[in-house]
Amino acid sequence: MAWVDAIIQGILTGGLYALFACGLSLMFGVMKVVNLAHGDLAVIGAYIALGVITVTHIPALWSFLIVVPIMAMLGYVMQRTLIQAALERSELTTLLVTFGLSVVIEAGLLQFINADSHALGVGSSIITGSFSVGSQIQIAYLLLLIFVVAVLVLLGLQYFLSASRYGRMIRAVADDREAAQLSGVDYRHVFGIAAAIAFGTVALAGIAYGMYSQFTPTTGTDTILLFAFAAVVIGGLGSLWGTLLGGVVLGVAQQIGAQINISYEVLAGYLVFLAVLVIRPQGLTSRKAQS
Amino acid sequence: MTVATENTTRSAGKIRVTRSRRNMTWTAGGALVVVVVLALFPYIVYSGTTGIMVQGFVILTLASMWNLLAGYAGLVSVGQQAFVGLGAYFVLILAIHGISPFAALPVAAIGCGVAALPLWWLVSRLRTGYFAIATWVLAATVMLIIERFSSLGGGTGLPMPGLSGIDPTLLTAYTYWIGLAVTVLSLVTVWLMLRGRLGLALTAVRDDEVAARSSGVRVGLVRMLVFVVAGIGCGAAGALNSISLLGVQPDAAFSVQWTAKMAFAVIIGGLGTIEGPILGTLVYMVLQQELQSYNAWYLIVLGLVAIVIALFARRGLWGLVDDHLHIRLFPVGYWLWEPESSGRRGLRDPGRRGTGRRGA
Repeated sequence: MAWVDAIIQGILTGGLYALFACGLSLMFGVMKVVNLAHGDLAVIGAYIALGVITVTHIPALWSFLIVVPIMAMLGYVMQRTLIQAALERSELTTLLVTFGLSVVIEAGLLQFINADSHALGVGSSIITGSFSVGSQIQIAYLLLLIFVVAVLVLLGLQYFLSASRYGRMIRAVADDREAAQLSGVDYRHVFGIAAAIAFGTVALAGIAYGMYSQFTPTTGTDTILLFAFAAVVIGGLGSLWGTLLGGVVLGVAQQIGAQINISYEVLAGYLVFLAVLVIRPQGLTSRKAQS
Repeated sequence: MTVATENTTRSAGKIRVTRSRRNMTWTAGGALVVVVVLALFPYIVYSGTTGIMVQGFVILTLASMWNLLAGYAGLVSVGQQAFVGLGAYFVLILAIHGISPFAALPVAAIGCGVAALPLWWLVSRLRTGYFAIATWVLAATVMLIIERFSSLGGGTGLPMPGLSGIDPTLLTAYTYWIGLAVTVLSLVTVWLMLRGRLGLALTAVRDDEVAARSSGVRVGLVRMLVFVVAGIGCGAAGALNSISLLGVQPDAAFSVQWTAKMAFAVIIGGLGTIEGPILGTLVYMVLQQELQSYNAWYLIVLGLVAIVIALFARRGLWGLVDDHLHIRLFPVGYWLWEPESSGRRGLRDPGRRGTGRRGA
């Protein structure tokens, strides 16, 4: 029964990891930007949420109403300035700039806030509770909610990209930037919109993680970025549902590892990631080899 | 140093080809004097100063390795801390078995080179950003595995055995000398690698990977070689660092900050030049010493400077120096001399980074 529990908890945690991953995946898919500051931006989202909750006393669950627009705006501005400037130079520059940004954000959080761990207190609402299935399996409402949110975000993104006007422009620019530009699309603006969406999901990921667990300035790299990347690689590039599958596989691997020995939790996830890298480098869902 | 023998005349007639634009005897003599003076430092300065300089040696060794990776082979590794940590732990393992840490250092470095082979096999298929994060995950995995061994101190680490019997003054002097040796060896290795056929291959890969491949450069093999050499260098630096800190602590040994420091030193000094990491390390050490009382500020300042330089001066501070003075401390290219015209023209100069287009 403990194994079934581990698998169920793993699937639910996988929703959180898919939420981590979808911003990374989107920015790579559209702009070919591998954003090494991805995790640190999620942590910034969590800190902003912490500030918003402290000042306005709104419940943590609703803080996303303020944090997501702030982060989306930040995403648009950063894409139009820093990231676009780096993109116009080279892929190498983009990596160097986002890595520099990651270190600066982390050091900045250490310097201006502190190294203490924080959490977004959810208070005593129903969300902190859990329900039991059978006698031994406890499912936390919060984790279930995060999973549902992740699925909704992925569904929303899918719908947005396939059916809306901006989604069409994003796909056009991702496919062929020059051709899209000839048809009158300002690709810089479209990149900005895509970054805004990506940063919005990053904010959601940060808030979800802050409610689920404690975060410190280093959470962004040692947890969020690496887990997000592992989920993307396991699931396969270019498919939003692959991202969800990747997150779920990572989550299940971690929970099964933890079941063997609690200190194997993170290691088990990485070993599955490395195994996928060797056996199926294109990921579990993608048919096309990634270059 | 054999720099003086470089002015070999390659072609007959009035056109001469030399390895550098100026007579290198002076530079070689200068380098020799610098190394000798540096070697005498433990007799001249306080041990606090040599301690800081050992940190500088660690950073310089790491930076020249990262420069090979990112500047020449196009491999932006964010996981070099895997080798920094492994080097430290290999020394620790040998020291536990009674070998002097100083004697263990070269063995540990070679061990890191061997360990680089399976790690390369895991990540070799990935490119650019994917390679970057995958190496990062690898480093985290290596740390988690090392932490499993309680005989190596588990998650808390161990003090380095075999150092307590040595007189403190001698210990700092020994550490300093072995640090100097590691650094000089790394710089000479990088320079020799870039001078020969391999250097041409690397420079070709740096400037245009597709063109290099189509002219018969075995890009995969070249990259693997660079990854292994960088593993050895970073391992030696990690081993040196663990000796100077008198112990190993997993979180510190495998910290991504190592890669941040080496990358910033290279970006600021000049990516894709041998001189860049030296200049970058000097800038790094000055900033770190000036700002160390303000905690994390030096990393913030370094990071911001590195971002600005990556965007607006892609060949770094050394690039700016080179543009104005045409100095090359470690010549790897060739110069063509035409006696009939008054001007001297550099014909083939792989030390210079093309400012033209690179593969997007």
